Amino acid sequence: MTGLRRARFWVYGLLAAFIIGSVFPFYWSFLVASRDSGMMTQKVPPLLPGGNFFANAARVFDTVPFWRALGNSVIVSGTVTISTVLLCTLAGFAFAKLRFRGRNGLFLFVIATLAVPTQLGIIPLYIAMADFGWAGHLPAVIIPNLVSAIGVFWMRQYLVSALPDELIEAARMDGCSMLRVFWHVALPASRPAAAFLGMFTFMMSWNDFLWPLVVLDPENPTVQLALERLQSGYYVDYSLVLAGTTLATIPILVVFVLLGRQIVAGIMAGAVKG
Amino acid sequence: MSSGRSARLAERGPTGRYPEVPGPVPQTPKLTLRDRISGWDVKFSPYVYIAPFFILFGLVGLFPLLYTGYVSLFDWDLLDETHKFIGFNNYIDLFQDDQFYTTLVNTLSIFLLSSVPQIIIAVLLAALLNTNLRAPTGWRIGVLLPYVASLVALGIIFANLFGPNYGLVNGFLELVGLDRIDWQASRFASHIAIAVMINWRWTGYNALIVLAAMQAIPKDVYEAALIDGASAFRRLVSITLPLLRPTLIFVVMTSTIGGLQVFTEPKLFDSMPGSNNGGSSNQFQTVTLYLYQTGFESQHLGYASAIAWVLFLVIIVIAVINFLLTRRLAGTGEKK
Repeated sequence: MTGLRRARFWVYGLLAAFIIGSVFPFYWSFLVASRDSGMMTQKVPPLLPGGNFFANAARVFDTVPFWRALGNSVIVSGTVTISTVLLCTLAGFAFAKLRFRGRNGLFLFVIATLAVPTQLGIIPLYIAMADFGWAGHLPAVIIPNLVSAIGVFWMRQYLVSALPDELIEAARMDGCSMLRVFWHVALPASRPAAAFLGMFTFMMSWNDFLWPLVVLDPENPTVQLALERLQSGYYVDYSLVLAGTTLATIPILVVFVLLGRQIVAGIMAGAVKG
Repeated sequence: MSSGRSARLAERGPTGRYPEVPGPVPQTPKLTLRDRISGWDVKFSPYVYIAPFFILFGLVGLFPLLYTGYVSLFDWDLLDETHKFIGFNNYIDLFQDDQFYTTLVNTLSIFLLSSVPQIIIAVLLAALLNTNLRAPTGWRIGVLLPYVASLVALGIIFANLFGPNYGLVNGFLELVGLDRIDWQASRFASHIAIAVMINWRWTGYNALIVLAAMQAIPKDVYEAALIDGASAFRRLVSITLPLLRPTLIFVVMTSTIGGLQVFTEPKLFDSMPGSNNGGSSNQFQTVTLYLYQTGFESQHLGYASAIAWVLFLVIIVIAVINFLLTRRLAGTGEKK
């Protein structure tokens, strides 16, 4: 606790046990996906992967429109991420650095909306989307997520301390309009926080389930909907279904392993300021 | 958009004159057009920049939530164009609906089984991570790993692990000489299994948030306590927990609001895949799953809206209770 001594071995032991527990379900799903369905009936399951992963993965693409689902998810999550990062940085910049009437009250309102379970409004939202003729189409899952309260909050907290007022004043003296100040000064200064917000948003959007389930068609799914449909057969073929979950998790896992350090730093920084 | 136009105008040359910065040019009563545009730019740009959030929140967040209250007063079917106003009849039906009470109890039970152990383990895990580790970031990344799993993937994997016949968990129970448990059929066992899923995904994430707060506690507080001879447990209870209070309140509030809307885990856990029943006798159907079933399977949008509104009120009440409870438990009440 005092930070004077190196951690003792039992601390490492407990942490290692926790991490094994964290990794195991991923490993298990890959294990099942790499064998055939006969494995599930064995008394003592094998602990090493078999050679059937690619065969099972190919069956995933035959069973559901998985390419289409991947394409849809990339379009949806990509658009949502770019838009959220831009619009949240813009609003965060205004709340952090610009003076205007009602700023504090409006910012408190943004924080308060974090506690509103907007998911419960899906019924009117669905009625509206159906009226617009958007039900079944990607804009229905993109548009409601173009900007987020947590993103505005996060970017504001970051820019308050990371962007010196003198820099904005200097740009203004040089004749920059507000929008140019944002583009040339605030946006570059917010890069670390924007990168975290982007990764966070991408993961949230990639994993979103309830709203896409309500508003999209099975023929035009996102990855999560395709996965759910894989499982909904009369008989669940787990080597097929878990090949699907493995395929759907790999992209996110790669992002996470590459950028894990920033994600961890981002979550912890947000926690202290929040 | 005033800001867009002024951006183009501003490119023509430096203005250097706007009301807030005292420039070398004395204020003359007659403002040029450029000055005026720059003034508007300063005055209105902030509102333009924050507008997208407020407009979108209003349209897809607040308005639908309020309109849910309106829909709940109608006999409103998905495919039927005519909606009959029936006043509070949906609510009267709801309060006599056994299935609604079942789902409410299920939701609260799963919520308690997931949030209480989760927060305790998260604090302990954070304490472990707060020791002087080698490669601290590596451990933190490892702890956060479950967070990347999508809820759907998670539901499928855990439905497999907790499978009644060939599930690994039952295999393990048998191996150590215990009876197998039908994790899907038994009400309480199914709640435990779903709570395990939720805890598996969120504990590491919450531990990192608590860890960040722990690291913000000044070291000399602990040193003073050490000199006074306080034990490790005593230090945790008397120093760490009270100083963690704001963070714990945050963690409890977010897990309350999220935990009471649990949907994906019970939906994917069903042994009849694709079903919205939450088990053959709704033994693990949550309120949100019932809402989904009523609205989009049975297509009674009015009744589903009434469920949504009641759940909304339940969330508010429990969030307030938890707020007060956490404030009391995680501190002796002294002012910070």
